[in-house]
Amino acid sequence: MSTAVEALRDTPFTVGGRTFQSRLMVGTGKYQDNETMVHAIEASGAEIVTVAVRRVDLDRTKESGVLHHLDTRKYFLLANTAGCYTAQDAVRYARLAREAGFNDFIKLEVIGDQETLLPDVQGLLDAARTLVREGFKVLAYTNEDLVTALRLEEAGCAAVMPLASPIGSGLGLLNPYGVRTIKRRLKVPVVVDAGVGTASDACLTMEQGVDGILMNTALAAARDPVAMAHAMRLAVEAGRGAYLAGRMPRREVAVPSSPLEGLLD
Amino acid sequence: MTDTIDVTINGESRVVAAGATLLELLASLELDPRAVVVEHNRVIVRRPNLSGVTVADGDAIELVHFVGGG
Repeated sequence: MSTAVEALRDTPFTVGGRTFQSRLMVGTGKYQDNETMVHAIEASGAEIVTVAVRRVDLDRTKESGVLHHLDTRKYFLLANTAGCYTAQDAVRYARLAREAGFNDFIKLEVIGDQETLLPDVQGLLDAARTLVREGFKVLAYTNEDLVTALRLEEAGCAAVMPLASPIGSGLGLLNPYGVRTIKRRLKVPVVVDAGVGTASDACLTMEQGVDGILMNTALAAARDPVAMAHAMRLAVEAGRGAYLAGRMPRREVAVPSSPLEGLLD
Repeated sequence: MTDTIDVTINGESRVVAAGATLLELLASLELDPRAVVVEHNRVIVRRPNLSGVTVADGDAIELVHFVGGG
C-alpha cells in the first residue's frame, strides 16, 4: 500500500530520547465516560497520553484515578502541570508526577490568564530551568512567540509545544507563520498543543512541518469521539505526508493542466 | 491524654490515631500505596519510606494520583 511506503520514508518521532511511531498525542480529560476515552485513544493510534495530577478523592477513591482504565504497558504517560499559575506550583506538581514512578517526562504548563489559559512565559521559563536541572524531560506548552520558544530550547527543554489556539477553544491553527517559524528555527521537536478542533485543523498544522500534535478536547467534545479520533489519526498522517511530499508553489494566475497544442481550429 | 491527633489531608481536617505512620494512614483510608503519591508537610515521601514517617498533630498531608487531563 502506498501509505505504508510514505510512512517508511518518514523518520520516527523522537523526543527526550524516546522514539514513537505516532505523531498524534492525546489527552484523557473531559470524556463522558472512561469506556469512550479508552476506545478513542485506541482509534487515535496515539502512544503518548497525557494525565493530570490531582488530589485523591478520599471518599470515592476507586473511580477517580485514570490508571484504573489505561493500560500503562501500552501507553506512555505524559503527566502535565495543568492548573498551575506559578513556576513554584508547576515544579511541585512535576515532582509529584515523577514520584508516581512512570517516567521523568513532564508536560509543563504555567498559566498566566484564567480566561484564555495563555501561558505565563516568565514562569514557564523559570519552571523549565528548574525542572531541567532536576533531570526532567520538559515538554513546554507555550504560545507562538519565537523568542520564548528559543529561550525554552536554550533552557534545555526536550520539546517545545506552541499552541494552535487557546486550550479547549477548537479555533484551529490561528498563526501558521508563527508555528512554522518556530519549527524552522528550533532543533528540538516542535509539537503543536491545544486548539485543534477538527481534522482539517490537524492536517493544516502537520503541513507546517511540525513534529506532532497533542489534542484532547477535539476528541472528547466531538459528537462521536471514537470516530473523530480515527479521523484525526488520518489527518495527522495526511498532513505529515503532504509536508514530506512538498506542496506545489502557490500562483496568483491559472496554469492549464491540459496541453495547448492539438486544439481544434 | 488523647490518643488521636488532628491533621489536614487533602485540605480536609481529619482525626487520626496518634503515632500512626503514613503507611498506616493510607491503610486506614483504604488507599493502595502504589496508587498514590504522598506529600508530607510539602515534602514528598517515597514509597519505601512511608512506614518510617510518623504523623504529628497539625501535619498537612497531600495524597495525589493521576486523573484524566490534557
